[in-house]
Amino acid sequence: MNGKQNEVLIQVRGLEKHFKGGEIKALNGVTAEIKRGEVVVVIGPSGSGKSTFLRCLNLLEHPTGGSITFDGVDLTNPKVNIDVHRQKMGMVFQHFNLFPHMTILDNMTLAPMKVLKKNREESERKAMQLLDRVGLAGRAAAYPGQLSGGQKQRIAIVRALCMEPEVMLFDEPTSALDPEMVGEVLEVMRDLAGEGMTMVVVTHEMGFAREVGSRVIFMDGGVIVEENSPAELFGNPSSDRLKSFLAKVL
Amino acid sequence: MEWTEWCEQLLTLAQDGTVLSFWEKLNKDFYQAFVQEARWKMYVEGMGNTLKVAVLALVLGFLLGLVVAAVRTFHDQRREEKTGVFLNILNILCKIYTTVIRGTPMMVQLLIMAFVIFKSSRNLVGIAALSFGINSGAYVAEIIRGGLMSVDTGQMEAGRSLGLNYLQTMWYIIIPQAIKNILPALGNELITLLKETSIVTAIGLRDLTKAAQLVTGKTYGGFMALFGVALIYLAMVMVLTWLVNRLERRLRNSER
Repeated sequence: MNGKQNEVLIQVRGLEKHFKGGEIKALNGVTAEIKRGEVVVVIGPSGSGKSTFLRCLNLLEHPTGGSITFDGVDLTNPKVNIDVHRQKMGMVFQHFNLFPHMTILDNMTLAPMKVLKKNREESERKAMQLLDRVGLAGRAAAYPGQLSGGQKQRIAIVRALCMEPEVMLFDEPTSALDPEMVGEVLEVMRDLAGEGMTMVVVTHEMGFAREVGSRVIFMDGGVIVEENSPAELFGNPSSDRLKSFLAKVL
Repeated sequence: MEWTEWCEQLLTLAQDGTVLSFWEKLNKDFYQAFVQEARWKMYVEGMGNTLKVAVLALVLGFLLGLVVAAVRTFHDQRREEKTGVFLNILNILCKIYTTVIRGTPMMVQLLIMAFVIFKSSRNLVGIAALSFGINSGAYVAEIIRGGLMSVDTGQMEAGRSLGLNYLQTMWYIIIPQAIKNILPALGNELITLLKETSIVTAIGLRDLTKAAQLVTGKTYGGFMALFGVALIYLAMVMVLTWLVNRLERRLRNSER
């Protein structure tokens, strides 16, 4: 997207997350880096900690230990105003989480107007441009309840894009969709990757990982087990855990 | 012959021991309970006091409930690492308040207010409104808190992930959705409150129920007066129910 390709955007060091006072250890020391323009796909069995890892990146979950540096700022420092940094990290959820009491257009203009203090006209112009791009300009005045799952997720993606984020985080964006709607959402994500957007995608769509990912991370038991280019990771898995996982899902 | 004169005659006849027909007795009783000595004014005055207490209590209860619900919700949604001592103390106070108020009878609370805390005050409407307001606040707090908690956690996460802060997310996203659950429940609370105010007779406030009791004492017959006020309560509640239902329907329509 800009000239600073290959610069590290997110640096994660020794990330730990425990729930219920240490009873459940979701993450046990994850170290990873995400460079600008990269599409990092995180795969792994359920309970492997991949969603927790993603949710830690914008501090929706507060890490128990370790550090996350975003754009040179340590987000785990309690003095950091996380709201400022979340603006630059778009997030797409499994269950869309559109605001049901607002129209599609209002869903998209709320944050730009309230957070970035843009005026309505400018926010709406930007929103309409993005809606047009995903072929939903005609639904601007509709409410989320009137849309299909695939449409909702496409809206959720462009709602995040309205904030012009530097990175997009996807938390199993197609897992709650009917099979015939998965394609339209992946299509939007593929386009986004093609434009050079930095993306971290937690997904079960191995086809997407192989085709769009610039790097694939395989997690299990709260740690990164293997990390490689898609071709290498899928074609030549080295660990037994990855081999058995791939044997089940492919 | 005019109806009032006829009723006066019936009254004298009854006092002389004449057995009246059912229709005559009905007219006489009605006359005695509502018309004689302009007794209807007592009901109007009583109804005024009942409404005054109910409305004042609702306003006070709503404000109290709002504050308590805000403290409790804010406390519960804060991260464990960030809890301040001040907020913790406030939260404990709020918990004690709701526990004590919801755990003791309204009648006892009212008597304590009137005969212990404000025993030298003669402002009975004020005392009653204060007691009911404090009582109602505990229930309203739980209604509001429940309403806020009923909104899916994903909504808060979506708001925060867009960069909105906690209060902005609450204001623009959570509260508008919670109101759909809160307002109808608040309407029901008002209905309960209105009926429950009848126990203020215990501290001598001349509310609607007291009016019936006073008339009953004077006429040696409670049928008309008591059924009369029952009907008045019923009418007030039905009007309120109608309003609440309308509100509910309008809120539901705003979704689409």
